Amino acid sequence: MIKLHDIHKYYRSGDQPLHVLKGVDLHIREGELVSIMGSSGSGKSTLLNILGVLDSFDQGTYLLADRQVGNLSETEAARLRNQFIGFVFQSFNLLPFKNAAENVALPLYYQGVSRKERNYRAEQFLDQVGLSDRKTFMPNQLSGGQKQRVAIARALVAGPKVILADEPTGALDSKTTKEIMALLKDIHSRGNTIVVVTHEQDVAAQTDRQIILRDGQVANSLEPLQQARA
Amino acid sequence: MLDGLQEILFTLRQNKLRTLLTAFGVFWGIFMLILLLGAGRGMQNGIWQDFGSEVLDFVIVWTGDTSVPYKGMGVGRQIKLDDSDIEAVKQQVRGIRVISGESNLGTGRISYGTKNADSQIAGIPDDYFRIKEDVPFNFGRKTNPLDTDENRKVVVLGKAVADRLFATGEEAVGKEIRVKDVVMKVVGIFYDKGNRGRNSERVLMPQSTYRQVFGGGPRTDNIWLRPEKGVDPFELEKQVLEVIKRRHDVAPEDKRGVNSFNMAMPAQSVNALFIGITIFIWFVGLGTLTAGIVGISNIMIITVKERTKEIGVRKALGATPFSIVSTLLLESTLVTGIAGYIGLVCGVGLLELVSFGLRKAGVTLPYFLNPEVDFQVAITAILLLVGVGVLAGLAPAVRAARITPIEAMRAE
Repeated sequence: MIKLHDIHKYYRSGDQPLHVLKGVDLHIREGELVSIMGSSGSGKSTLLNILGVLDSFDQGTYLLADRQVGNLSETEAARLRNQFIGFVFQSFNLLPFKNAAENVALPLYYQGVSRKERNYRAEQFLDQVGLSDRKTFMPNQLSGGQKQRVAIARALVAGPKVILADEPTGALDSKTTKEIMALLKDIHSRGNTIVVVTHEQDVAAQTDRQIILRDGQVANSLEPLQQARA
Repeated sequence: MLDGLQEILFTLRQNKLRTLLTAFGVFWGIFMLILLLGAGRGMQNGIWQDFGSEVLDFVIVWTGDTSVPYKGMGVGRQIKLDDSDIEAVKQQVRGIRVISGESNLGTGRISYGTKNADSQIAGIPDDYFRIKEDVPFNFGRKTNPLDTDENRKVVVLGKAVADRLFATGEEAVGKEIRVKDVVMKVVGIFYDKGNRGRNSERVLMPQSTYRQVFGGGPRTDNIWLRPEKGVDPFELEKQVLEVIKRRHDVAPEDKRGVNSFNMAMPAQSVNALFIGITIFIWFVGLGTLTAGIVGISNIMIITVKERTKEIGVRKALGATPFSIVSTLLLESTLVTGIAGYIGLVCGVGLLELVSFGLRKAGVTLPYFLNPEVDFQVAITAILLLVGVGVLAGLAPAVRAARITPIEAMRAE
């Protein structure tokens, strides 16, 4: 599903370019639930942004669902994101003036889906994340866990190939964290590919594979059994 | 499109007061522009009304007593014009569109039944009405070539004369009246606003009839002229005066022997004044409107800044730069368009109200009549509004489209 080869990323910082990703090689298969871990400054957010086609890279190749990603115009990148990727953010990023169903329906709006169809599908996905009774609630009327459920429904609604979750439980208490991880695992069990960036060991432990970034490179990639031994 | 509109209306509703205040800036700009243009037009109408029903390019030549000795002849010599002068001018001066004589009898008694009026009596050839082509004939007709050829005893009356001879509502056309005791038939009533309405105190008949009835031979008192299009009226006037002065041995500098009036002179200065006023009005109006544009532009910049994170989220979810730019442009165009249109309607409405009020109350203001706005001006204003809306939203929209989703989502 995702193939990265020798990805390099530089940021301009004063006179010296800052080399953030130093040749990342990564292969995520379809249907995998993967976590990316690393200390602060290891480059995991930059990697996630590149995976999400939110940021460009300076060197290397990236194949997303057999599509070459790189040198895309902003319009092409937007279409790719819309069709292939669902995002779940730490701070939910719900639009405050839209209710739960309207927030969920937003990616479909950019696909040109009719209002009626959008509403129908948004309600279906809200049902799936257990919020059938909160469809018309505004974000400020929802708890943190409920907001993240809305965000997950929004990530799923357009039928993406992969879901990228950036610290999805970072702003939640431990009970809600468990609920959200359970939901993500449930979604994964239906065949979705999910990449979770986290710094929480507990969260990472629930994924099929942990990818650890260190100093801009993949340090190791552990399967659950290896994780347990490690 | 409809979805986009709903999105925009939704956003606008979030900031009702701000939207309202911004819209008010544009509303006020257009409202003031329309009011100023209407008032300017009212002034223009008022001043033109003072010109009466005259065309704006006529020249009239008349004669008097010489005031400069010339070729051994002393002053005080009476100069008289006749048809041969008209013929000579026709032959020798190029660029004349219309030329017409006018024979004046002076004041004479006009009667109908027991009613009498003293008014100016004149004989005119058919071409005279090509000089006075803007004078409205409210009833009946003008005199025509058949009247002239057959020396018919027909007259056209000025409205003031008709009002004196006939009762209100009484049909004057077709009636026989007495002009200096000669029975003549009324064929038309005209209303010449010129000379503050005094030009309507006249009785006109075919020149051939006039000469047959009152004598005077080929004598003519005034010569009226209009230049062809593109001919300099001042040059034409100069040449006509030269021909007539030469024919009558009048000194070139003698202004009393042969005199003239050129309507192009006041028309030119009034036109220049109007151009000045119109430029001033557009300058002030567009200035006010610019303040509105700057207001909208500012608000759009703030909106973009406030909504940076939202724009980032939308981009992450699949919004293309085009959809971001078009949404913001549509938003600013919608606000300007609606506010401006209301301003336009209110401005035109107020002008119509003032105009109606003045008419209804019968008030006549000096140099102010029928304030109004041209259809063309209204269309220009609407096009201006759409342009302004796009202009106001352009810079903020392009700025919004350039922000990367990551940068945008980091914004607080």
